[in-house]
Parts: sequence; C-alpha cells; structure tokens
Amino acid sequence: MSFDIIVMQVFNGLSLFTILLLMALGLAIVFGLMGVINMAHGELMALGAYATYLTAQFFAHYLPSLMDWYLLAAILIAFCVTFAFGYALERGFIRWFYNRPLDTLLATWGLSLILQQSYRSIFGSQEVSVPLTTWLSGAWEPSAGIYLPLNRIFIIGLTILVTFGVYLILYKTRMGLRSRAVTQNRAMSSAVGINTNRIDALTFALGSGLAGIAGSVFTMIGSTNPGTGQLYIVDSFIVVVFGGVTSLLGTAASGFLIAQSQTMLEYLMSGSMAKVSILLLVIVVLYLRPNGLFSSKVRS
Amino acid sequence: MGNINRRNFLQVSGSLVATSVVSGVTMWPNISLAADTVKLGLLHSLTGTIAIAEAALVEAEKMAIDEINAAGGVMGRLIEPIIEDGASDWPTFAEKTKKLLQRDKVAAIIGCYTSASRKAVLPVLHQSHGLLYYPTYYEGQEQDKSVIYTSQEATQSVISAIEWMAKQQGKTFFLVGSDYIYPRTCNKIAKPTIARVGGSVVGEEYAPLGHTEFSSIISKIRAAKPDWIYSTVVGGSNVAFYKQLKAAGLDGSKQKLLSTVVSENEIDGIGKENAVGYYACMGYFQSLKNPQNERFVKAIKAKYGQNRVVGDPMECAYNAVYLWKLAAEKAKSFDVDKVIAASAGLEFDAPEGKIRIHANNQHIAKKVRIGRARSDGQFDIVYESDVVEPNPFPKI
Repeated sequence: MSFDIIVMQVFNGLSLFTILLLMALGLAIVFGLMGVINMAHGELMALGAYATYLTAQFFAHYLPSLMDWYLLAAILIAFCVTFAFGYALERGFIRWFYNRPLDTLLATWGLSLILQQSYRSIFGSQEVSVPLTTWLSGAWEPSAGIYLPLNRIFIIGLTILVTFGVYLILYKTRMGLRSRAVTQNRAMSSAVGINTNRIDALTFALGSGLAGIAGSVFTMIGSTNPGTGQLYIVDSFIVVVFGGVTSLLGTAASGFLIAQSQTMLEYLMSGSMAKVSILLLVIVVLYLRPNGLFSSKVRS
Repeated sequence: MGNINRRNFLQVSGSLVATSVVSGVTMWPNISLAADTVKLGLLHSLTGTIAIAEAALVEAEKMAIDEINAAGGVMGRLIEPIIEDGASDWPTFAEKTKKLLQRDKVAAIIGCYTSASRKAVLPVLHQSHGLLYYPTYYEGQEQDKSVIYTSQEATQSVISAIEWMAKQQGKTFFLVGSDYIYPRTCNKIAKPTIARVGGSVVGEEYAPLGHTEFSSIISKIRAAKPDWIYSTVVGGSNVAFYKQLKAAGLDGSKQKLLSTVVSENEIDGIGKENAVGYYACMGYFQSLKNPQNERFVKAIKAKYGQNRVVGDPMECAYNAVYLWKLAAEKAKSFDVDKVIAASAGLEFDAPEGKIRIHANNQHIAKKVRIGRARSDGQFDIVYESDVVEPNPFPKI
C-alpha cells in the first residue's frame, strides 16, 4: 500500500467518522442524556433528507439563480423542521413513556413504521435524490495521487462546527447546565426550580435537530427512500452504546475507532467481511466493558 | 381467577370475536368479480431497496393487461391482475407466491427481479405447480421447468458485453457488484471470458445490497486504473455509487464503465447528470427506433405521464404478458403444462424487435444492444448484434 493510498484511506475513515458522529450525536443526546430509546431516530434523519429534497425542488422552481446555495438553506431548514418536530414529538408522545424504557422502545418502533409509511405515501417508494452543488463537485488534489472529494471535506468541516456548537450549548449555556443537571439528578433539579418538562422537550428537540442535519448531509452521498432511516439506525446505536451511553466524548471516541477500523478493513477484505469484523470487535469489547468505553456515574 | 363478572367476560369475549371477524374478513379468499375472468399474479418489490428498479414493472404489466382486455381478453376472458409486494425481501416473495397460487389460484405469475427472489420462489412453484414469467436479465445457470425467462441470460448480457468492451481498448477490468448470487455468478462467468479475450482482472469488490459507502472501493479503483469498470451493483446502491464516482472525478468522460443492470429507470433515480457517459448492455432501450417501440413508449407516456421512462425489464415484463396470452391461445387452455408446451418456438413482435421463445430451454432469442447514457437520461445505441440464441449453460 503506497503512501497515497494510506492517506486516502485515513481520509475515508475520517469522512466515515464524521458521518457516524453526526448520526450518533443526536441519538447520544436523546438516549444518553434522557434515557429515551428512540427507534424513530433514523426516520428523523430521513425527515431531514426529505426536507433537503423539498428545499432543492423549491430552489429549482422559484430561485434557479440561487441554486448553488440551496444546500446551506437546506441544512438550516432541515434542522428547524426536525427540531420543531422533535419538540412536538416529545411533548405529545414521548413524555408519557419516561421510566418505561421497554415501552418507549416499542412505541418509538411503531412510530418509525408510521413515519416510514407516511414518507412512502407522500413521496412514493422510489428513491429521490438532490443535485450535487457545483462548488462541491470535484476534489482537492494536494498531490498527484491523493484525491480528496470536496463534499466529504465539507461534511468534515460541518461536523466540526456542529460538534463545537453542541459542546458550547451543553457546557457553556444555562440551558445546557440545566440539561446536565436534570440528567444527573432529576428530583434535585426539579426541587431547585428547573422546569424539567421544558428542559426535556428542548433536549429532545436538539437531538432531533441534529438528526435532521445528518439526514440533510446524507443527500450528498446517497439517495433517500422511505427506508433510509433503517440503514443508519443500527450503526448509530452501536456507536452510542459502544462509546458509553451517557458520555458524548465516548460517542466521539467510539465513532472514530469504528470508522477508522471499518475503512482499513474494507480495504483489506470485502465490505461484508469488514462489517462482520467490526461487529465482532464491538461484541468483544462490550463483553469486557459492559458500560462501553467511557461511562460516567449517573444517579438514576 | 379473581374478578370474573359478567362485564369482564362480555368485554373480553366481545373483543376476541371482533378481532377474529376482522382477521377472517381480511383473509377471505379473493372471489372473482365476474365469472368470466382469468387471474394473473403480478409479484414485484414495490418497496425496499429494489423498488427503484422493480416497481415500474407492475406498470408495464398493467398496461399490457389493459391493452389485451380492451381487445377482448384472452379467449374471451378478461384478465384480472392480482398485485403483491415482495418488499425486497426474498422470504416474502415465497410467501406471496404461495398465496397467489393456492388462495387466488392465478393462471400464471409475472414476477421477481433479483435472482435471489426467483430462487426463493422456485420451490413454491414446484410444490403448487405454478408458472412464473421472469422478466429480468440474470446470470443464467438455470433452466427450471416452471419458469419462462423473458430477458437476457449471461451469454446475451455478460459475455456479449465483455467481448464488446475488449474491442474498445479493454485490457484491464475492475469488477464491482452487490453481494448476492447475480453479481457473483456474473463475475464467475466474466473472469474466464475476460481471459479468453486477452484481458485481465485488476480488482473484484462486493458491497452488500443497499450499501451506500463506496469510498474504499473507489480508492481501489483509482489505484488500479482499469480500462473498464464492469458494474453489477444493483438497486438503490447505484445512486450512492454513481454519485460518489462523480464526486471522486471518475465520471463518464474520464472512466469507462459498463453495467448490465442499470436501465433508464435506475438513471431516473440516480440523476441523469451522474450517469452521463456510462454504458449499459441491454436488449431494449427506450431510444430504439421502430414502429412497435414508438407506439409502446407513446402508450406508456400517455398512461403514466410524459416524464415516465421505460427500461429493459419494463419492456420484458410487457412482453411476458403477451407471451403468456399467445401461448394460452395456442394451447387453447390455461393449464400450466399446456401453456409451457405451447410456448416453444412462439414469436412476438416486441418493442425491441421480433423475439422468439427457444424451442426447448424456455429462454428468448433476441438481439443484444449496448448504449451510452446521454445527458437527458436516454441511451445512444452504439452496438447492436444479430439475434443471439439463448444458452443458459455456456461453456466458458
């Protein structure tokens, strides 16, 4: 393997890492901070993807001169749409199931089926795709053999921004402080005067919004169909659980580990075998460390 | 056994009766609407990763059925289509076949797209003595007495395509496919063929069906610098594959790629700008110029909208309905054995030209064509062969 190939594979691993991280961050916030197992998380990503598709159609019909910039608008719109949807979901549906994780699992699974069928009824069961923005096609070639696609560089940059934003929100704002307080000790937070209902709704909405951004970003790499959410949900859960459910740093670490290993293995063996090896690795590590890579103490 | 009182008892037994009535009603066998109809089963994936390729086949079959019914039906009986969704899940295909044959008692089934779905359906066909018309290109190596194959097998797709590619400065080949029987068998056939024409294989990669991350495979393609990529990536994954190839700078103008599974329908989903310049080997292209095709395409567009595109499997599905009608009329019966016997040597003026069912192997003798994708999603035909006799078990 020449140096060029190694560089490109490391880059591919980095790119996959950012994708996994985007998917898993939203789930980590919802699952890790709130203890809600949201099986419909994949469908929220699909919602973000469909919102992007609709934005692209809107720009194509009414603002063709601004077509090149539809992606930035789309990401913002996807975030807002899924944020609002997540807020409504939490208030209207999820909050009846706190302290009943198995019921949440079943109820959100049913929700994911409902959402999938709604997408099928509204958008059809065929794939829909968005045009690639012109300034993101092509690649950066620092040297002759190294070819780094621009859209993947964009995704890496976006993920850094989003992760930094989430860090700021959770650790530098009052809302983030309250959110962490509720996670660590709900009864005490409530006694101190924090409106736990509102914090729950906002935290869930934030997690959903992140899923929307992830979905929006995927339209650049693949197509969207009603079943797209199902493709990503399993990977997201694996990343979150492997890293330690309550730790966002753990999610990042596990995402990095899984992505780099998968890319390296994919180069050496076939795609299916690489996936098998990764899953075996996760099983072995979870057997030795049942709480994941990083776990923090949380009073339940 | 605490609180048995009349109210509880009535509530529980009432709900039990209600659920059993509801489930009984939904499972009531399909009673024909009129005594003089004949039922035809249409079994395809309307949902799931294969829907991008397969859902359109039902439309072509329905159009054929409507045309036949408008002309009086088959031997005076109107065709009643019964449509089932295989959902890109092979066990579901087997289940639905059982339902169509045993409960609905269809005269024949037109169905399946992936070879995996066809293989899953074969045991049910044998058990219930059914007949399947299989309208999709496949890898050959099969000649089941319950199936009539109305599209290309390996000699009419893989082998012809490789022989053509070798003539177009094709010395090194990179094989990419989805991970199931069709691509693996096609590549098993492709490798000795490539050796025979003096070429060499510089890579062979498989990705699971529905997979969307092709970055590692594309890195390997860039490292190997093949003259031709031979792609058997099937279904929705094509969207990701073509998009990522383009983003990596390997679009149709810089890298020669030929697929035996991407037709106008897939390009519709992939996006025309992502597929420009790539090649496909098919028996039928929408851009074929002959009177039957012009009438056929016009009818499809009139029925399903001016933006509708027609690909090879759609045309073969349309042909399958007509081939069944002609065989039934020749046999003067809907009995499966008589229809199969009557099919041997049957000819039909299809939109792709005259096709003929082979005398004894239940495949079709047809022409092979190779097209290059244009920016409008249609193909320029760059090669057309003479009629190729089908040979599902070629010596390679």
